[in-house]
Formats: sequence, C-alpha cells, structure tokens
Amino acid sequence: MSNIETAAPQTHPLVKGEVGPGCAKTDPIVIADSVTRQFGGLKAVDVAHLEIPRGKITALIGPNGAGKTTMFNLLTGFDKPNTGTWEFNGKSLAGVPAFKVARAGMVRTFQLTKSLGRLSVLQNMLLGATGQKGEGLFTSLIKPLWRAQEEENTARADDLLARFKLDAKREDYAASLSGGQRKLLEMARALMSKPELIMLDEPMAGVNPALTQSLLGHIKNLKEDGTSVLFVEHDMHMVMHISDWVVVMAEGRVVAEGPPENVMKDPAVIDAYLGAHHDTDLGDLMEDGPNPVIEAERKAHEAHPEAETAGYGVSTTPAATDADDEEK
Amino acid sequence: MDWGNIFGNAVGEIISPTTAAYALAAIGLGVHFGYTGLLNFGQAAFLLIGAYAFAIPTLAGAPIIVAVLCAIACSVIFAFILGIPTLRLRADYLAIVTIASAEVVRFIVTTTGLTDFTGAANGLSGFKGTFAAINPIPAGTYGFGPFTYNEYDWWVRIVGWTLVVLASVLVWLLMRSPWGRVVKGIREDEDAVRSLGKNVYSYKMQALVIGGGLGSIAGIIFILPRAVQPANYTTGLTFFIWTIMLLGGAATIFGPIIGSMIFWVVLSLTQGILYGAIESGALGFLSTTQAGQIRFILVGVALMLLVIFRPQGIFGNKKELSFSV
Ligand SMILES: Nc1ncnc2c1ncn2[C@@H]1O[C@H](COP(=O)(O)OP(=O)(O)O)[C@@H](O)[C@H]1O
Ligand SMILES: [Mg+2]
Repeated sequence: MSNIETAAPQTHPLVKGEVGPGCAKTDPIVIADSVTRQFGGLKAVDVAHLEIPRGKITALIGPNGAGKTTMFNLLTGFDKPNTGTWEFNGKSLAGVPAFKVARAGMVRTFQLTKSLGRLSVLQNMLLGATGQKGEGLFTSLIKPLWRAQEEENTARADDLLARFKLDAKREDYAASLSGGQRKLLEMARALMSKPELIMLDEPMAGVNPALTQSLLGHIKNLKEDGTSVLFVEHDMHMVMHISDWVVVMAEGRVVAEGPPENVMKDPAVIDAYLGAHHDTDLGDLMEDGPNPVIEAERKAHEAHPEAETAGYGVSTTPAATDADDEEK
Repeated sequence: MDWGNIFGNAVGEIISPTTAAYALAAIGLGVHFGYTGLLNFGQAAFLLIGAYAFAIPTLAGAPIIVAVLCAIACSVIFAFILGIPTLRLRADYLAIVTIASAEVVRFIVTTTGLTDFTGAANGLSGFKGTFAAINPIPAGTYGFGPFTYNEYDWWVRIVGWTLVVLASVLVWLLMRSPWGRVVKGIREDEDAVRSLGKNVYSYKMQALVIGGGLGSIAGIIFILPRAVQPANYTTGLTFFIWTIMLLGGAATIFGPIIGSMIFWVVLSLTQGILYGAIESGALGFLSTTQAGQIRFILVGVALMLLVIFRPQGIFGNKKELSFSV
C-alpha cells in the first residue's frame, strides 16, 4: 500500500528497526508467528507476525469482526489455531491449555463478562488469587492450613474492590451487579492473580463515564507496577489517552501499528475502518476536520447503536488528543 | 383404617436405613449438581456399583473392610470412565453419558452370562454376615413405639446415619474452603475459572469421584436391610434421588437429609392411607398395585408443585436461585 506521509522510514524507541505492521520490538513479552484461525470459509485471524512490547500499554483496535477477540482466545488457549506458534516470556504457549496460560502470568478478561453470578463479589475476587493451599482437595479440609493465606488474599481483594469502587457490593451476589460493575469486577478479579500481562477485551464497554477516568488511571498504575497491558477498545479517547502503542487489525490481519498519535493517520487504518462502512462519504474525509477513523467509528455506532454498549465512540477530535498528550 | 399403624410406619421412615441411603445418594448428587453443576442423571449406577462391588466380594469370603474398599474403588473407576471422555465437553454430554451408562451397567448385571457373579435378574442375597458379625449390640429388641427394632436393624440404622453425618461434615468442610469456591465457580462459568488458572477438568473429575463415591456408600447401606435386586436401579431411582435433592435444596448441607426424610414419610403415609381406603372399600375400584403407582404419580405432582412454588427447595436461598439462568 503506497503511503506518501511515511515515505521516510519511521523509527520508535519501542521498535527494533522500522515501524510497520508486524515490526519487531526491542523488548517483546509476546511474539506470535503465522497464527491463523479459520471459521468455515472465513479467515478470522491471519497474523503473520506480531510482537507485544513488555511493560507498556498496547491497544488492539479494529472494526467489529476484525478478529481481535479471536486473537485473544487463541493466545490464551481458549481456542485452537489452524496454524501458528507464539511465545510468552520466551516460553512457547502454543497448544498449552488455558489454565496453564493463566498460571504462566498471561491473564485475560472476556468481552462478554463472565462474572460468577451466585458467588459473592468477594468470593469472585478470592477465586482470582493464585497458589492457594486451600484449593487442594485434601488441604481444603483442614482450615488452619489455609486460613492465614485466605486472610491475606481477602485483604488484597478488599483493597482492589475499594479501588474499583465495588467495596460496598462486597457481600452481594455478583449476579446483582450492573453490566459495567461486572466488567470492573472481572478486571479486578484478573488482577488478583498479579499477572505479568493482562489482556482486557473491551474493558470500558458499559462502564459509567465518571468511573472511566479513574479506571484509566488504574491501568496506568498497572504499568507503573511493571504489568504489561494489552487491551481491545473501541473508545478512541481511551486508546489515545493511555496507550503507548497501537496495533490495528482488519479482516484478521495486522494492517498497521505505531504510536497512537501516528497510527490514526495511517491510510491503511482509515481504509480498514471505512472498508467496513461503505456508506461513509469519502468526500467528508478529504477535508480537514475530525479524525476520519473516529468519525467512521462514530457513524458505525450511529448505524448500529444496539450492537454496542455505552462508552463506545466517545469521539475525540485530533485537537483533544493533542491536549491529552500534553498532559503526560 | 388403623391410623396408629399408618403414622407409626410413616414416623419409622424418618430413621430407616433406606432414608439414610437415599440421603447419602442425594448428598453425592448435591456435590455433582448443586455445587459443581455436573448433570449426573445416572446416580443409580453408583448405588448399583456400590451394592454389587460390596456383595460380590463378601459372598466370595472377603472381610467387610475389603468389600467396602472394593465398592469405593469401583465407583472411583466408574467415575473416571464417565468423566474422562465427557468432562472436557459441554455439560450436556455428561448427562447423556450418565443416563446411558446407568442403563448399561444395569443390563450387564442382569445378563444371564454373569449369573455366577451377579445372580442375574434374581440378584444377590446372603451377604449380611460380615456386617452383622461386627455388630456390638447384644441380641434383643430395643426401642419404643414405632422405633422398636432388633439388634441388626439398629446396627444398620446407626451405621447408616453415622455415615450420613460424616458425609455432611465432609461436604461442609469442602464447600466452605477455597476448593469449594473453585467448584462453585465452575458451576457458574467454567471458562471464567479457567481464565484464573484453575484446572477445571481436574476439579470436575474430583467432584464426580466424590459424589459418586458417596453414591456407592449409599448403595451399600441400601442393600443391608434387603437383597440386591437389579430392578431397584432403574432411572426411577435416579429420579427419586433428584427429587430428594431438589426438595431439600441442591446446594445445601441439610437439604438432602431432610429431603429424604420428607420423601419417605410422605410415600409411607400415602401408601398407608391409600391401602387403608382400599381395604375399607372407600377406594374399592383400585387394586393395591395401582395404589402403589398412584403414590409415585403423587411424587411427580409434588415435584412439579415444588419447582413452581419453591424452586430453591426447603433450605435453598431464594435469592441465590433467582439468579440462575
Ligand atoms: N466461534 C465462531 N464461529 C464462527 N465464526 C466466528 C466465531 N468466533 C468468531 N467468528 C467470526 O470471526 C470474525 C472475528 O470475530 P471476533 O474475533 O469476535 O472480532 P472482534 O473481536 O474483532 O470484533 C467475525 O467475523 C466472527 O463472526
Ligand atoms: Mg471482540
């Protein structure tokens, strides 16, 4: 694809060599090679090469059906690829069952939340803790063996619940939470396991905008604690605001990647989004105006509002994005 | 109608060994379905295996401890046979496999080719010696009113109900622990539990083995006051165990016990009343066989009413159940 703006090879501190789809990173935590997943005639994922930088916040964006969730499922062992290998921390995880992937330190959340309805919020949280002595069949029978550990975990759970504004719901059944609260619970629960890489599938979908800000802060804190974050999000504001790196998928392939301020201008990205929405008038996009990607997203949202949850398409103009960058 | 006798019999059911056996089987099923969400529609097979794997070695001269361990070991093996192919699949596969295999084992023990071992359709008897031999109660008749039994009948009741209490304590200890939290999580959404690094397959297998093992012990208690009869282990038996579990509350400690007591007291009462009415001519158009069947129709109606008006069972938490999808 010809690209006039980026005629000169671009470089970036995170990248070894030239910036572009599938580029090598200086310190990758995940490296995936020729991962494909076919559903009947549809190639949902067809990623030749992808590296996720360590200790950074990486956004995975792309139109609906681009294969983001499928890619998550493959990497975390919830789905089996047709071909492909990938490694996490230099250890191959291809063919490794999902629970072992999680134990290795790569923990994911689900786009469709999976809160455990008839367990209390606290019990949901405690389930996230790893290495519990009381989870063994025989050790479980003798409480003194696990009481102290349970107390430690409870303290940590309470701390996280407070940060996610769920402390008032501690004893309630998770089924009684709102959709947004369940998203928060799922994320907090994943954090209970102290993952090295946390993979969040649309974490902000349905979350009250007032809480979004504090969540953004929390995700940034995760990075400061050394956790790598990979998240799928349609909320461009969030993507621009917190990510260090953006990977764009379309029709199963990685079509672009780069730092957030550049990637939105990449014609391949504009193509990817507009390709999915033929009704958009291309004439609008030629003029100086709102970011075309964001506009296309917004229009798609208007066309199918029921398909998405609140929090999607909080549109932001390039000016607003620049302001966000200056805050940093 | 002899009301004294009718009530006497009904009250006697509260502590009968059969009630204890059904309670144990329902406690096991509660571990499967109530706590872990496993759809086991073949609990009768675990009782059958417990019964035969206890009776056959006993008749061959094995000491009681060997016979009991044999029953438990066979139920563990059976649980693995059921679980290995199905527990990685969707929940409904276990349901289909348990229904089918319960019928398969019943046909196996009924085949005439195995008459020397299983007694085929006649079943087995004469295996009570080793159990009676360890009875510390001196010969005689004890108790009062409807609770008057000889030393063997007391011994069966004491052992049966002691096992019910031990099983309840075991389940309580398990379910209050982090182990119990994992299996309850699996009941809610196994992928979520998997994503948190728990070996879901292994936990489901452990739950299947524990519940099945309790079923096999129930099978031993069930045959101690009677003979082994293959006709007792139809899907009807599984259905009654489900009724008892749902009646008391699926994920509760006392539910299976109280459920079993109510089930048997009500069956005994309706039998007494129906038979009495037939004898006195009030229901002269019914035969006693038909009356026996009517009792079970009443069980079905009662189960329907229960599901409609108290779906959480007697001890269950209404709020907890109302969230289930
Ligand atoms: N289990 C499945 N069976 C068949 N098709 C699927 C399945 N899962 C996803 N797909 C298809 O794969 C494509 C990618 O889906 P998905 O990964 O969910 O996209 P995204 O998360 O990027 O919106 C879509 O076209 C979707 O319809
Ligand atoms: Mg998705």
